[in-house]
Amino acid sequence: MNINELQEIARQVRASIISNSHRTRTPHLGSCLSCVDILVAAYFHGLRVDPKNPKAPERDRFILSKGHGAPALFHVLALKGFYPESMLESYGQDGGVFAEHPPIPDHLPGIEAATGSLGHGLPIGLGMALSARIQEKNYNVVAVLSDGECNEGSVWESAMMAASQKVNNLLVIIDFNKWQATGRSEEVLALSPLMDKWRAFGWEAHEIDGHDMLQLTQSMSRVPNSKGRPVAVIAHTVKGKGVSFMEDDNNWHYRIPTADEVSAAFKELGVKL
Amino acid sequence: MRNAFADEITKLAAIDPRIVLLSGDIGNRLFDKFKKSNPRFFNCGVAEANMMGVAAGMALSGLRPVIYTITPFTTTRCFEQIRVDVCYHKVPVIIVGTGSGLSYARLGPTHHSCEDLAILRVLPNMTVLAPADGAELRLCLRAALKLKGPVYMRIGKKGEPLIHKKNPELRIGRSITVREGSDVCLISTGTLLPVVMKTAESLVSQKISARVESFHTVKPLDQETLTEVFSHYALVAVVEEHSRIGGLGGSIAEWRVRQKGLKGELIGFGTEDEFMHEVGSQDYARRKYGLTVENISHRVLAALGKITA
Repeated sequence: MNINELQEIARQVRASIISNSHRTRTPHLGSCLSCVDILVAAYFHGLRVDPKNPKAPERDRFILSKGHGAPALFHVLALKGFYPESMLESYGQDGGVFAEHPPIPDHLPGIEAATGSLGHGLPIGLGMALSARIQEKNYNVVAVLSDGECNEGSVWESAMMAASQKVNNLLVIIDFNKWQATGRSEEVLALSPLMDKWRAFGWEAHEIDGHDMLQLTQSMSRVPNSKGRPVAVIAHTVKGKGVSFMEDDNNWHYRIPTADEVSAAFKELGVKL
Repeated sequence: MRNAFADEITKLAAIDPRIVLLSGDIGNRLFDKFKKSNPRFFNCGVAEANMMGVAAGMALSGLRPVIYTITPFTTTRCFEQIRVDVCYHKVPVIIVGTGSGLSYARLGPTHHSCEDLAILRVLPNMTVLAPADGAELRLCLRAALKLKGPVYMRIGKKGEPLIHKKNPELRIGRSITVREGSDVCLISTGTLLPVVMKTAESLVSQKISARVESFHTVKPLDQETLTEVFSHYALVAVVEEHSRIGGLGGSIAEWRVRQKGLKGELIGFGTEDEFMHEVGSQDYARRKYGLTVENISHRVLAALGKITA
């Protein structure tokens, strides 16, 4: 799939997420929009996954450790064909399977781990990456973390173990949108220099524009890592990316768009309502 | 007990390539044999939250991780990882808490664990085991590896006496009758079984015949045995090296209150709702909380109306 096609999918996903948020009155729009491009590059370019065989032993594993980006993941998995898009109509409904965070794998095809409490996805992903070595399989593990999530000590516990174990099939992508729920991530708990932190923890680290499809697709091929190290990609992103009045405005962590705002957003995205 | 664990897990891992042993920077020398014969040993460092998540990731990949660390650090320290990564995902991670209860009395309250049964048994999907001796431990470990979901097993440290001279038949969820008796039923869980057995022997001189049950499984609760016992005995005493809040006694009390027509009165022995500030040996700590032959016999006799309390 070429870059233009990936960008087109990302546009469609953004539109779906926005209308979904309005329809179901569910939050985390800003967080979803900031990671859409990462998810699209992963599922439509980097990951070796087969929606018809979601439990294939050699598949790559993807964990959305920032579980509050679930609406983005749910739409990408549907587009990829893990389940019909029509299933998403039950999002947030009583008795349905789509909560505001990813459920356990038994409950939805394509999900590798239930997340939502931050700081869990990387340790689980590390366990999966080590399992590939133990079981002599060739898959990679990709975990997407938020910058706020890097507040959690378990992230850094895991980073140290991945380095000591010289895990070469583990890729962490930080959706670095500079915000967490209630403030600038740099001000809440000093994060910078984020790339140097990962390097100091023994990882190979790179910085990219997290909305540039070319850079994202290139990042996906950094694992397996030839130097035998885990890889962190610091993806600079914009919270609310794609809609001018949502971009870098942290109110959209919890705000629900009105019908007028949905129309304006669709217009900007160039997607028909 | 820890030597029995190290020996048994080494043997089991030799024949089951799915078994992975994870330790939180403890067990120096204890796992030398395992490490020598098997590359599937991971010292995860002093980072228990990560260790629990790693184990869950391994179990989601088809392996059978077994975690071994001092009880508070593999329970209270990483409780959310146990709840979300292990129990919610319903993966077969076996969590072994060593030095549980008051085994490490001398190390101070940071190393005591009199809350673990309470907080682990409340988690959905979790099986909770408390073997009495090395023999029960080996059998519990083998049985746990056959389950498809998470297991927590609290064990002692070292030097606990072997009660079962030969291997009993052990099934998870069914207690073991260690001694027959007709006047009172003493229910023991974990490493207090030797004290409970001696209590039963001392009651003989008072013309009281005591049955002893070893509840190596705290959850799922052996309701069949409990129904039988509470129907036959006027008095049932639960003894545990755990807080009287929420442990096996608490669990039986929750069950007991929902039953109709059972005659047995329930009394419980366990630790107080407090941190033990004084330094002391495990025996000292047990004496402090009345987990002794003398105190248990005395209260049983009083409850049976043989003496005044």
